[in-house]
Amino acid sequence: MVEKKRKHPKEIIKAEANSLNFFYADGTQALKKISLPVYENKITALIGPSGCGKSTFLRCFNRMHDLYPGNKYDGEIILHPDNTNILDKRVDPIEVRMRISMVFQKPNPFPKSIYENVAYGLRVRGERNKRVLDDKVEEALKGASLWDEVKKRLHDLAFNLSGGQQQRLCIARALATDPEIMLFDEPTSALDPIATMNIEELMAGLKEKLSILIVTHNMQQAARISDYTAYMYLGELVEHDETDKVFTNPSKKETEDYITGKFG
Amino acid sequence: MANDKKVDIENNLTLIRSLIAKHKRHDHIFAGVGMFVIISLTITLLVLFLDLVFDGYPRFNLDFLTNFPSRRATAAGILSAWVGSSLVLIVTFFAAVPLGIAAGVYLEEYAKKNWFSDLIEINVTNLAGVPSIIYGLLALGLFVYGFGLGQTILTAGLTLALLMLPIVIVATREAIRAIPIHIREAAYAVGATKWQVSLHHVIQYSYGGILTGVIIGMARAIGETAPVITIGALTFIAFLPPSPVGLEPPFINFEWLEAGFTVLPIQMFNWISRPQMAFHVNAAATGAIIILLTLLMNGLAIKIRYNIRKKIKW
Repeated sequence: MVEKKRKHPKEIIKAEANSLNFFYADGTQALKKISLPVYENKITALIGPSGCGKSTFLRCFNRMHDLYPGNKYDGEIILHPDNTNILDKRVDPIEVRMRISMVFQKPNPFPKSIYENVAYGLRVRGERNKRVLDDKVEEALKGASLWDEVKKRLHDLAFNLSGGQQQRLCIARALATDPEIMLFDEPTSALDPIATMNIEELMAGLKEKLSILIVTHNMQQAARISDYTAYMYLGELVEHDETDKVFTNPSKKETEDYITGKFG
Repeated sequence: MANDKKVDIENNLTLIRSLIAKHKRHDHIFAGVGMFVIISLTITLLVLFLDLVFDGYPRFNLDFLTNFPSRRATAAGILSAWVGSSLVLIVTFFAAVPLGIAAGVYLEEYAKKNWFSDLIEINVTNLAGVPSIIYGLLALGLFVYGFGLGQTILTAGLTLALLMLPIVIVATREAIRAIPIHIREAAYAVGATKWQVSLHHVIQYSYGGILTGVIIGMARAIGETAPVITIGALTFIAFLPPSPVGLEPPFINFEWLEAGFTVLPIQMFNWISRPQMAFHVNAAATGAIIILLTLLMNGLAIKIRYNIRKKIKW
């Protein structure tokens, strides 16, 4: 295998998109030749104005676009260490979703109990052993720093939680199945500042165990939590580098304009 | 100067207020018309119901429910009719509900959206509006003669199931469509298959709406006369079908499916077509009971829907 010239040689690549194009069913091209690595145990933030394709890009990683007919991928996303191209038609999207989990913009717990929400991913995998389920649920809720708040009412409906708690419950649900990568699609845009802070702290802890790719509308958030930042505009990747560098010394004029608020 | 400004604002205010008053007139007119329509419909139904109750009043006693029809009007009862109606509805329920829910889930979750699914959709919606006698003719040809099922409870139940099927399918689809897309995505995102999403989420979150459709469909089926006459229900019947449950093993038997039968609306029709006034009293009493059953079933449907809305809010 030819070793490609790498920009950040000290990092381990967990997944990488190679000249990824994406077309919606109506023919519009939402992503244009995007190549971007996701480093292991790092947080990579995707920023850019509305409609730039950052959410579309994120949703390629768990094949969410497969749910709607007519969408088309072109190019590849390689998942390491097994070198699987997760966009390959022969790769089952369900297998991909079992390895890469996702937290959505709006908290979307199931109308079931707190316990069942967290256990669902394990139930889908056929886990029936009550003790295993109990342990995993507790572990995931602790991982999402929600355990102390809900341990006495695990069988209450998830809807009775506050918005911030619901989002942490969704994180616990995504965490319970030990994913390799977690995708976050503007996870705090529906939350108040305190709930947002909780979730940001949570993500900083999570990266010890897995790799994170997050779409955010909030540049301060990207600057606060991420190790690497990618700036996208009109479906193209404009710049990708260490967060400090992107925010203090961007190499492209467009990035600088967006970051300094001249545009966007 | 300051005074001028004040006058300006006051003039402007008068104008705005007259505009609002004019616009609100539309609200009032529409609310008035709506109220009038609702009240007149309710009163019509109430008057019809009370008329039946007053006419049938002498027959409201336990004997009426426990007696077979008879040549003497005062001794006649609706035992065979309500037992027949109940058994037919049981068959209808078990035939139409699983099939209807499965069809609804298939159309919403599995079927690709193309001209063929559009065609099916139009057909299903149309089926709900087909005159019931057509279903009766279809059943006569298909179930009675084609499959050789005879003029039995099974045939009647399947016929009414055909009638109820489109109602269940449409209700299922409506209820499924009300589930927000982000809940569905959440389930797929943890790696669920279509089957798991349908079974664990889609059906569970839509069963309130489905149940409402089922009950409304049953309420329609209980009052249907034409298709049941067409397939040849008996009009005078003085015996009961074999009991579906027994005291000895195997406790459940299916002989009743092959029994002849009558149903409430046919019993009513039979009595109303006799010349003697005494039988008309019986018919009125039967009519009141059918309406009461329908009202109870629809009330139950509303109650269920209300309870579930309280529990699941998106």
